[in-house]
Amino acid sequence: MEHYLSLLIRSIFIENMALSFFLGMCTFIAISKKVEAALGLGIAVVVVLTVTVPVNNLIFTYLLSEGALSWTGVESLKSVDLSFLGLLSYIGVIAAIVQIMEMFLDKFVPALYNALGVFLPLITVNCAIMGASLFMVERDYNLGESTVFGLGSGLGWAFAITALAGIREKLKYSDVPKGLQGLGITFITVGLMSLGFMSFGGIDL
Amino acid sequence: MGLKKYLEDLAPLFHKGGKYEKWYALYEAVDTIFYSPPDVTKNAAHVRDGIDLKRVMITVWLAAFPAMFYGMYNLGFQANTILAGMGATSIEGWHGPLITLLAGHDPNSIWDCFWYGAVYFIPIYAVTFIIGGFWEVLFAMVRGHEVNEGFFVTSILFALTCPPDVPLWMVALGISFGVVIGKEVFGGTGKNFLNPALTGRAFLFFAYPAAMSGDAVWTAVDGYTGATALSIVASDGMAALQSHMTWMDTFLGNIQGSVGEVSTLAIFIGGALLLVTKIASWRIVAGVMLGMFALSTLFNLVGSDSNQMFAMPWYWHMTVGGFAFGMIFMATDPVSASMTDTGKIWFGVLIGVMVVLIRVVNPAFPEGMMLAILFGNLFAPLIDHVVVQANIKRRLARVQS
Repeated sequence: MEHYLSLLIRSIFIENMALSFFLGMCTFIAISKKVEAALGLGIAVVVVLTVTVPVNNLIFTYLLSEGALSWTGVESLKSVDLSFLGLLSYIGVIAAIVQIMEMFLDKFVPALYNALGVFLPLITVNCAIMGASLFMVERDYNLGESTVFGLGSGLGWAFAITALAGIREKLKYSDVPKGLQGLGITFITVGLMSLGFMSFGGIDL
Repeated sequence: MGLKKYLEDLAPLFHKGGKYEKWYALYEAVDTIFYSPPDVTKNAAHVRDGIDLKRVMITVWLAAFPAMFYGMYNLGFQANTILAGMGATSIEGWHGPLITLLAGHDPNSIWDCFWYGAVYFIPIYAVTFIIGGFWEVLFAMVRGHEVNEGFFVTSILFALTCPPDVPLWMVALGISFGVVIGKEVFGGTGKNFLNPALTGRAFLFFAYPAAMSGDAVWTAVDGYTGATALSIVASDGMAALQSHMTWMDTFLGNIQGSVGEVSTLAIFIGGALLLVTKIASWRIVAGVMLGMFALSTLFNLVGSDSNQMFAMPWYWHMTVGGFAFGMIFMATDPVSASMTDTGKIWFGVLIGVMVVLIRVVNPAFPEGMMLAILFGNLFAPLIDHVVVQANIKRRLARVQS
């Protein structure tokens, strides 16, 4: 239990997807002008990550990794290593899950579906989602760990984008030099934010 | 009225179309130091009050003086005591001759100690002021805004948090980063979202950790290593700390550290001025204290066998390290803190919780105040947003019912 808790805290704060790995930057910067929109996207990311990372974990353990196919009982499949198909299958899984989830929400929870709007399909190409699946493989997480890791990474990313949106709403009143307006100042802002998040760096859980 | 007439005679030279049009920012700065500007409010909402940004900033600057003067004396006192213990009568480097020029190395003489501290601190402050002021004036001239007294505060706070032994080029680099990236790229005072002094200080902390933290940098004697209160507790526990110093030592400031942070008493004297004049928000200060008290007491109750910092009580947390200085001068910065009244309390609590969390749980950084305030600054706008939305919701419900 303690192990899972420390993994959760580590993935939210210490190894924050957005501010220490700088993953998912495209949506992170594009959808952070308003707090409400950022929060909506953040929630969508949390949901998608919590679902896709464990599913990808299952696919990796039972289909792709070396010797994973031994459960079929077929002798010639026992030594097959399909991990070179990793990237391809993960992105496919993510796209499929996002699509299914979109249909599910449209049918059963239309309010949430309307709130998330275009963000849900956008998430398919968010590299934080892909990154979390790849980290899961690299760090040999089991099913439970992947679920917790997915949830934590999503929460951390949502946390960061909401804070950035808050700051950007405040920065509307700033007088930024011409050359830096728009993306330039946002990148500087994100850099300064990750300076603030470095307070967690070094915590050993 | 000679001066006033002189300045007014000069004015046309600096106004639009004048000979020195580009230097208007500098002229304006000098003019408003001596006289209040002639601009008056033209539209509705007239407030009859002499307070303006200039007065606010100068008051903060003055409030830092008790801590600064005591800190300079203490810097010399600590160093001279160590030198007397080592039997040395002079120190090497360019500081040495300057010290012996006007004073000796007697730890009992107030003047000797004060001069020793001044020789170390004044160059740091001068470099901060000149380099930072250069950027401030440059941006003011190019971008056409006014030179702002906010810089007085930034420069003194930055200088007061530097270790006494820090190389002067690092000071120049740090304040440049703080003023340019922390403030001027956003448009100057009032438009930034992080405290500029802390931004520069944090930049130095992460870029040159060896010169900005550890046990060797806090005393102005080369090669002398003296553990800070926080690192003693982290390695040997509360009992070891109490054999080194009493709580009264840390409260009055008889400890080593950066010039500004040593004396909690001197900081509170300046803080009282800020709180009485309502320049620093009491809500933020109360929030920081509350957050620190709550989490440190919780850690005391939980206890830990492996981590000695768990046992540190709140009144020690308050007096050691940069806690008091950060709480009074840094966290209350009106620009980077939350703006709403409820938000200020939560902003303070967040900082108080974070500082104890970093000090106790994070072994990488013994001191947490700087990072805790930066972290608080990041979430200040979001806290405001939540408070404002909650107010809107509540009033909407009242109207509709």
